[in-house]
Amino acid sequence: MAVPSPPFSLSKHSLSNPPSFLASNPSLDPSKAPVLRPRNAFGSEANLGGVEQTRLRLWNNLKTNSDLRLQASRELPGLTKELESDKSERMERIEHGTDLFDEMKQRFLSFKKHKYMQNLELYEKLAKDQAPKFMVIACADSRVCPSSILGFQPGEAFVVRNVANMVPPYENGPSETNAGLEFAVNSLKVENILVIGHSRCGGIRALMSMHDDVETSSLIGSWVSVGMNARVRTKAATKLLNFDQQCKHCEKESVNCSLVNLLTYPWVEEKVRNGELAIHGGYYDFVDCAFEKWTLDYKESNLIGKSGKVAVKDRAFWF
Amino acid sequence: MQSTTFHFLASIMSSSSRHAGMGNLSQEEAIEGLKKLLIHNDKDEQLSKELETKIEKLISELLGTTPHDCHPVRRILGGFQSFKTNKFDVYPELFSELAEHQTPKFLVFACCDSRVSPSNILDFQPGEAFMFRNIANLVPPFNQLRYSGVGAAIEYAVVKLNVENILVIGHSRCGGIDRLMELPEDGSTENDFIDDWVQIGLPAKAKVKAEFGNLPLDEQKRECEKEAVNLSLTNLQTYPYVRERMARKALALRGGYYDFVEGCFKLWEVKSIISTPIRS
Repeated sequence: MAVPSPPFSLSKHSLSNPPSFLASNPSLDPSKAPVLRPRNAFGSEANLGGVEQTRLRLWNNLKTNSDLRLQASRELPGLTKELESDKSERMERIEHGTDLFDEMKQRFLSFKKHKYMQNLELYEKLAKDQAPKFMVIACADSRVCPSSILGFQPGEAFVVRNVANMVPPYENGPSETNAGLEFAVNSLKVENILVIGHSRCGGIRALMSMHDDVETSSLIGSWVSVGMNARVRTKAATKLLNFDQQCKHCEKESVNCSLVNLLTYPWVEEKVRNGELAIHGGYYDFVDCAFEKWTLDYKESNLIGKSGKVAVKDRAFWF
Repeated sequence: MQSTTFHFLASIMSSSSRHAGMGNLSQEEAIEGLKKLLIHNDKDEQLSKELETKIEKLISELLGTTPHDCHPVRRILGGFQSFKTNKFDVYPELFSELAEHQTPKFLVFACCDSRVSPSNILDFQPGEAFMFRNIANLVPPFNQLRYSGVGAAIEYAVVKLNVENILVIGHSRCGGIDRLMELPEDGSTENDFIDDWVQIGLPAKAKVKAEFGNLPLDEQKRECEKEAVNLSLTNLQTYPYVRERMARKALALRGGYYDFVEGCFKLWEVKSIISTPIRS
């Protein structure tokens, strides 16, 4: 039976101590800050060079030992090996756990000092209520956080993140995504919904790789089948392209599929019709660092009718 | 390096109009110069963080974008340009690596609330955390028929990406927990999906009512926000691949609570307790 251990809390009062904490903890000594090169995650700590990249530290490089351990556990799946677990290995894990806690503490304190305390008035206002203008539906992929790539600050965007940024249609019934949608549209009364797709999406790749007739037992398969229309349209339109190119096409097609699905919600459609709510699609390409954005043209889409296609306007391409 | 830094910043700040150009420096030159400062500033942690914030602010102003710009398209365009200038162009090696694959160490569950983005409060950088955000950061128990969205995220993160940590972050003034605590006893509902979702948290509500039923409702809600995190941590362990990895110590579960009213953050870990057998 696994139970939560007693919490430690970082309150306002610990803010006065950060400098001494930093000084006493060599693993967080800034002059030894690890290099940001994920390739080195499996390498030794000797590769700590390269001035350019020291500032953006990643968990990947905090303790390279952890990756070696993970590799080891992949190579030795047998139960007997695990029973031999080393005392020193356990000590390392405990140490690694403590490092993670320390790192998180540092990051929170840094946020508190440089953002929270510098904008107290804003945070006090936000503490009472939130009034975001945006609802964003984005993929859970670690590379595409909307706060990072579009710079959303606290209070600006209500963000739902799921695998492959999908919006299931109304008739599919309750899910975590449409609970968020209902709250954003009806309670928070957001003015914009933005669905953001992205390059090299694992969820879309899974969708495109699924067999046509075999029912999948994996949860990933069950979820991404929401985008089946996008897959069908993609396969029809991209017969001559290779698989990677087809996936890229599907990533954008799936965003449009989600926009169409948004309109199946009566309270969404009503607000769009009245001009209170605008629906946008977006596509973040992190290979070339470009962002494409388009807005659903409700009137034109209606004229196209039930073909499931969307009419768009105000297309923009930023790079 | 520091004196050069300040000299450069001073020359920008002293110009009469930042938006119109800077006298001797063109806007592009100024932005390029500031970007270089971001790369080379590798001194003391504290100072560089302050400088970093100031430099990023300056770059935003030069680009003509500031936070809380109300026009939606201008807002996201500005945000993207700022990201490209301050991050993507500054760390090309990292981003070309990330373009090939992601190896996040974290799976994070957080609420959709606009005030609690983990990238803001815990400074998660691109590539660090696979992040699932839903109402009240709830994780339902393993179920192959319902809630495949959450299940898909856990399956992907744990099985395909091999994350080493799962972190569930609750927060203060959570609208989802509010609704949970105010759910009518008779099971009636006035919305389509919200109630169906938050009722996942009913076990947490029951526990809070039992232990803190004498407290005012507001305080009960605060307790429930934390109890719901524990409930999610318990439910996570009903997923077979989570349990299997925890058993061989390849996966750690942690809970967090961000209180933006008090300005504090709590963090705790899930530990296994197997007591020694008692012999008669």
